[in-house]
Amino acid sequence: MGSNMAENHPVSFQWVMEAREKNRATILHIDPRYTRTSAMADIWVPLRPGSDVLFLGGLINYVLSNDKYFHDYVVHYTNAPTLLREDFRDSEDLGGYFSGWDRKKREYDPASWLYATSPQRGALFAGALPDTGESAADPTLQNPHCVFQMLKRHFARYTPELVEQYCGVPRQVFLKAAEAYCSASGPEKTGAICYALGWTQHSNGVQIIRTAAILQLLLGNMGRPGGGILALRGHASIQGSTDVATLYDILPGYLPTPTFNKDGNSLREYIAYNKAKTGWYANFDKYIISFLKAYYGDAATAQNNYCFDYLPRVTGDHSHFGFWLDMMDGKVEGLFLMGQNPAVGAPNARLERKALAKLKWLVVRDFVECEPASFWYNSPEVERGELSPETVATEVFMFPAAGVAEKSGTFVNTQRMLQFHNKGPNPPGDARSETWFMYHLGRRLKAKAARDPQPRNAPLNALTWDYSTIGSNAEPVVEEVLQEVNGWTVADHRLVSGYADLKADGTTACGAWIYSGCFPAPEKNLANQRQSRDLYGHGWGFSWPSDRRIIYNRASARPDGKPWSERKKLVWWDEERKQWTGLDVPDFVRTKPPDYQPPAGAEGDEALAGDKPFILHPDGVGWIFVSTGLKDGPLPTHYEPLESLVANPLYPACETDPATKKRERPDNPYARSPGDPRFPYVLSTYRLTEHHTAGGMSRTLSHLAELQPEMFCEVSPELAAEVGLKHGEFATITTPRGIVEACVMITRRLHPLVIAGRRVHEVGLPFHFGTNGLVKGDSANDLLPISEEPNVYIMESKALLCTIRPGRRPRGKAALKELRARMKEAV
Amino acid sequence: MSQQTRDLLPRNRDAEVARSICPYCGVGCGQLVYHKSGKLISIEGDPESPVSRGRLCPKGADTFQLHTHPGRLSKVRYRRPYSTSWEEITLETAMDLVAERVWESRARTFVEQQDGVPVMHTLAICHLGGATLDVEENYLIRKLFTGGLGMNCISNQARI
Repeated sequence: MGSNMAENHPVSFQWVMEAREKNRATILHIDPRYTRTSAMADIWVPLRPGSDVLFLGGLINYVLSNDKYFHDYVVHYTNAPTLLREDFRDSEDLGGYFSGWDRKKREYDPASWLYATSPQRGALFAGALPDTGESAADPTLQNPHCVFQMLKRHFARYTPELVEQYCGVPRQVFLKAAEAYCSASGPEKTGAICYALGWTQHSNGVQIIRTAAILQLLLGNMGRPGGGILALRGHASIQGSTDVATLYDILPGYLPTPTFNKDGNSLREYIAYNKAKTGWYANFDKYIISFLKAYYGDAATAQNNYCFDYLPRVTGDHSHFGFWLDMMDGKVEGLFLMGQNPAVGAPNARLERKALAKLKWLVVRDFVECEPASFWYNSPEVERGELSPETVATEVFMFPAAGVAEKSGTFVNTQRMLQFHNKGPNPPGDARSETWFMYHLGRRLKAKAARDPQPRNAPLNALTWDYSTIGSNAEPVVEEVLQEVNGWTVADHRLVSGYADLKADGTTACGAWIYSGCFPAPEKNLANQRQSRDLYGHGWGFSWPSDRRIIYNRASARPDGKPWSERKKLVWWDEERKQWTGLDVPDFVRTKPPDYQPPAGAEGDEALAGDKPFILHPDGVGWIFVSTGLKDGPLPTHYEPLESLVANPLYPACETDPATKKRERPDNPYARSPGDPRFPYVLSTYRLTEHHTAGGMSRTLSHLAELQPEMFCEVSPELAAEVGLKHGEFATITTPRGIVEACVMITRRLHPLVIAGRRVHEVGLPFHFGTNGLVKGDSANDLLPISEEPNVYIMESKALLCTIRPGRRPRGKAALKELRARMKEAV
Repeated sequence: MSQQTRDLLPRNRDAEVARSICPYCGVGCGQLVYHKSGKLISIEGDPESPVSRGRLCPKGADTFQLHTHPGRLSKVRYRRPYSTSWEEITLETAMDLVAERVWESRARTFVEQQDGVPVMHTLAICHLGGATLDVEENYLIRKLFTGGLGMNCISNQARI
């Protein structure tokens, strides 16, 4: 669900096919379009874009109403028994809001979401972990204030009838899917959920994933073979760029970037805020201090709080869209783009491109001259007279980049596995790796800082930056960087064997604690292992943390330590040798027996009993109810997309996720919702097998260009008839943001759905096309608005409103004229 | 079979092999990079990968063309303010110029503290990238840009 796995992760789909053919697994695909994945599924469920929480909530309701949950798993391994505060109010009580909503600030105070026995903290915010050494709980799941009963009440209205009305899924189809999936539960059976951007790119994306997490916890599928939730990520090392965090709000290893006036005023406050008392995250201080030692080396001492004050503080929204809108408003001087193309790949692409013209300087690093590098002379804006080279002041540097075959380094794939790629030949001409670029840029900047030792240059002067170089190009030795990420003891520079070796006293350094153990000795680059020796691939690569292939795998055994079943065994307690053992690296302290009970006042991992698998949580259990950490609610609830044809059936007074930021402004306008006569169809965007994201790595290659040469739109025969579209001819699609043309593909794979008695049509667009390359086309992202989901600030790309008409788009200024005329129509 | 056919040999005969990973999607299929005397010969699937078992999709199978197609850049292109065309400059000159731009922009916009609390940042230099980059590259980007220069405005495809 939320994925077209056969299309976009094709080689991994062989495993789905094998499960089906060899083990008679049932494949369900829930998607608005009938895709390559649907063609291989046993059950395909067509779904209205943006109604995912409704559907998944319907499955939860089905599980609870029919007693299909895995009782022992739920009681022992989740917070279903935990009691909530009496002042907590659910969205069912408050018309779509949870208790704590501040109408003026447009954010939640989550104090009332804490467990009944969680101590109050001085400064509560989403992210502070509850100290729940002993949370009051009802293992019979009957107490009206327990999470389980709250869950039942919360999803009571998510009936098959509601799913039929507002997801467009016929009742019988829903029940068939529910029966098939929810029977994959219990000691002998598990079910897995795979998702991709069909879930993430929504204004309530995190909550959609949360709904699936609740379902999997109820069915007892987390931490078990053939279970779990797999995020199908889209780039070669996007997992790596999340873990090692070129993201403003997290430092490598998911340590929070210090925030001004929240946790960032001093190291002491930062640790007090983020370190849990119980559970594995009580080791937090070891990780941040080791991280600071990696960055600042000998300059970082206990006396100066390990140079904590050198880290820049977050003071606002520094996300992609946060700073891009600032760029549009002239507040940004310089920008680096390295292997990313927002001129085609980011929403409101017209604004993305126009903002580049406000920069003083721009550095682009890529294989080819991609759209961001040529915006000043070759772009829709130049064609329409909005920009011209003579009026664009931006200084542009376009650096050629090395390809994967020309450099060594580590990718992290979508299953958290580090895989080291080994260098073949040198890159051509002046093409270099990013390692080379960053190292030599850093060398130059450190030289400047050494000559100018004022306070703002202190971090640069303290930064350790002495990597060895090799070869005629003076390429840094990447293994040295990976070793720094692994960590070492400072005194003797000896590599550590894992994060359990890290200390909070400045004697260890480690760039990213979650990867520690990937390079435990100078000749042991575990990311470069290439000898798979078992079913889970041990011996090939290194899965963080500690090469566990399935995390929280303690849950694959019963509370007493025996596997739930022989068929589904993964790790178990060996009573003779007094340790956990099995087919995977146990995600548990190896010597902690299943019947271990923590003494009163215990801290850290010692505070968790021997039957608590979710060791990063202070209470050791899976969170059906998330009391801290999310900005828009402890439970998922149905909200409509930001642009919708339909009023929210559950909450007429709360149409969309109240904590989502629309960033609405004249250059980022929205359709009226619900229902806008100017934009009567639902628009969704997606990918193709033969192209890759913004097209720089595919539309430039003749073989791939030949396979998918043209921008097209997919419409149902019914919509085509209604609008007058002809297969193989052109259509023009317009939204408040932009206007694009596409070749028309009329296909039965799209069905109009019936939602609350009216027919809803969908238009589908691939997003890969742009003005450069061997094959070109209009960019679908010109049509999307910038919006920010509350927790991770991702935009909504899967459900918005549009209109479509036959014929080509006007050229030049006339295109904007048509867009303005459409906007002026009666609403 | 003709003698010409009999004489045919695989083009990657006697080549060195580097064990690599596909640069496209998140599956991480294994790839074998065949090269000889500094020249790329072919890129194929790695049959020993437990992830991919030697298979590649159309994109992965075209990784050789990704590295060798004629549209690929090998020189630095430079555009002056208000110019209507590109110029070519050397790599060393380009690196020196970029370092100067960073240094000047940072000097103009750096904020050391607010209300007596260290802030130590500039919001006027931003960075995007990257999900296509190695762990080591992302690590050095965060280390230099954030830990050294005080840049908070950093993002990559993971957020979109």
